[in-house]
Amino acid sequence: MTIQLNGEPHEVEEGTSVAGLLRTLDICLDQVAVEINLEIMDKRHFESRVLQNDDRVEVMSFIGGGSGGSVL
Amino acid sequence: MNADRLTIAGREFCSRLWVGTGKYKDFIQTQKAIEVSGADVVTVAVRRVNITDRNSENLLDYIDPKKYTILPNTAGCYTVEDAVRYARLARAAGVSDLVKLEVLGDEKTLFPDTAGLIEAAKILIKEGFIVLPYTNDDPIVAQKLVDIGCPAVMPLAAPIGSGLGIRNPYNLKIILENINVPVIVDAGVGTASDAALAMELGADAVLMNTAIAGAQDPILMAEAMKNGVQAGRLAYRAGRIPRKLYATASTTIEGML
Repeated sequence: MTIQLNGEPHEVEEGTSVAGLLRTLDICLDQVAVEINLEIMDKRHFESRVLQNDDRVEVMSFIGGGSGGSVL
Repeated sequence: MNADRLTIAGREFCSRLWVGTGKYKDFIQTQKAIEVSGADVVTVAVRRVNITDRNSENLLDYIDPKKYTILPNTAGCYTVEDAVRYARLARAAGVSDLVKLEVLGDEKTLFPDTAGLIEAAKILIKEGFIVLPYTNDDPIVAQKLVDIGCPAVMPLAAPIGSGLGIRNPYNLKIILENINVPVIVDAGVGTASDAALAMELGADAVLMNTAIAGAQDPILMAEAMKNGVQAGRLAYRAGRIPRKLYATASTTIEGML
């Protein structure tokens, strides 16, 4: 099935959880925040939340920055 | 002995120089500059993880959250909705419940939209965030931010990255005299004397990014800024002599021929 991941279409297997997705992408669960369909996820639910078709997923972390700049 | 620690929302900091992490050549340089600066608070921005390039490194691999206080900011947010969303994402990452709140009003000046700032601050404070607002040098706005629960305020010296130093020392002085929470001068610092001046006026700390990262030798400038902030702070605590129009001799006339 297809989800939107950080603004791009992304294929995932049925039944993949948020934690599973992060693992396949080799993204460490610490220090990231995940938002699905504009709702920010509690980390405790990463394993239990199963992704659905057309979910809009944003995976965010910290980068170098002072001030200013433009958001996505 | 008075260690002259900076205390904000129950947290103590040794260094009165806070630094950003943007605009460096690479993470190694970022790490070195921060180390040399002696800063213990480091600001970071919140952005999408790079999904496609899994070899890309993480900033926090170079800046240990156990060693430094990570202060996420809402850089690039021009609306209350965006700023609140980014602050919530920053907190959800699980590294900090502090947020340096920016609600920008204009792309050319990057001045804060103070109405939006106050609105966003109210929302986030209600949700338990420790909000450090990037504001302008208006003492009325600064007081409003304190009244709604910000434990410190961060008035700009000059536009972000402009290097102009303190544009309005008089307003800054008024803020310092009337606000009873720490004041961290943020944005627009250009060189060490600007930082020293901020501290001499009585600022509790100075936050800078471009001044160091954009210098020709960032590591050397980090050292300069560390010293500038310390010098300014010591001078402030020492109590300077008054300014006088006319001379006052340093030597007695007694004993002259």
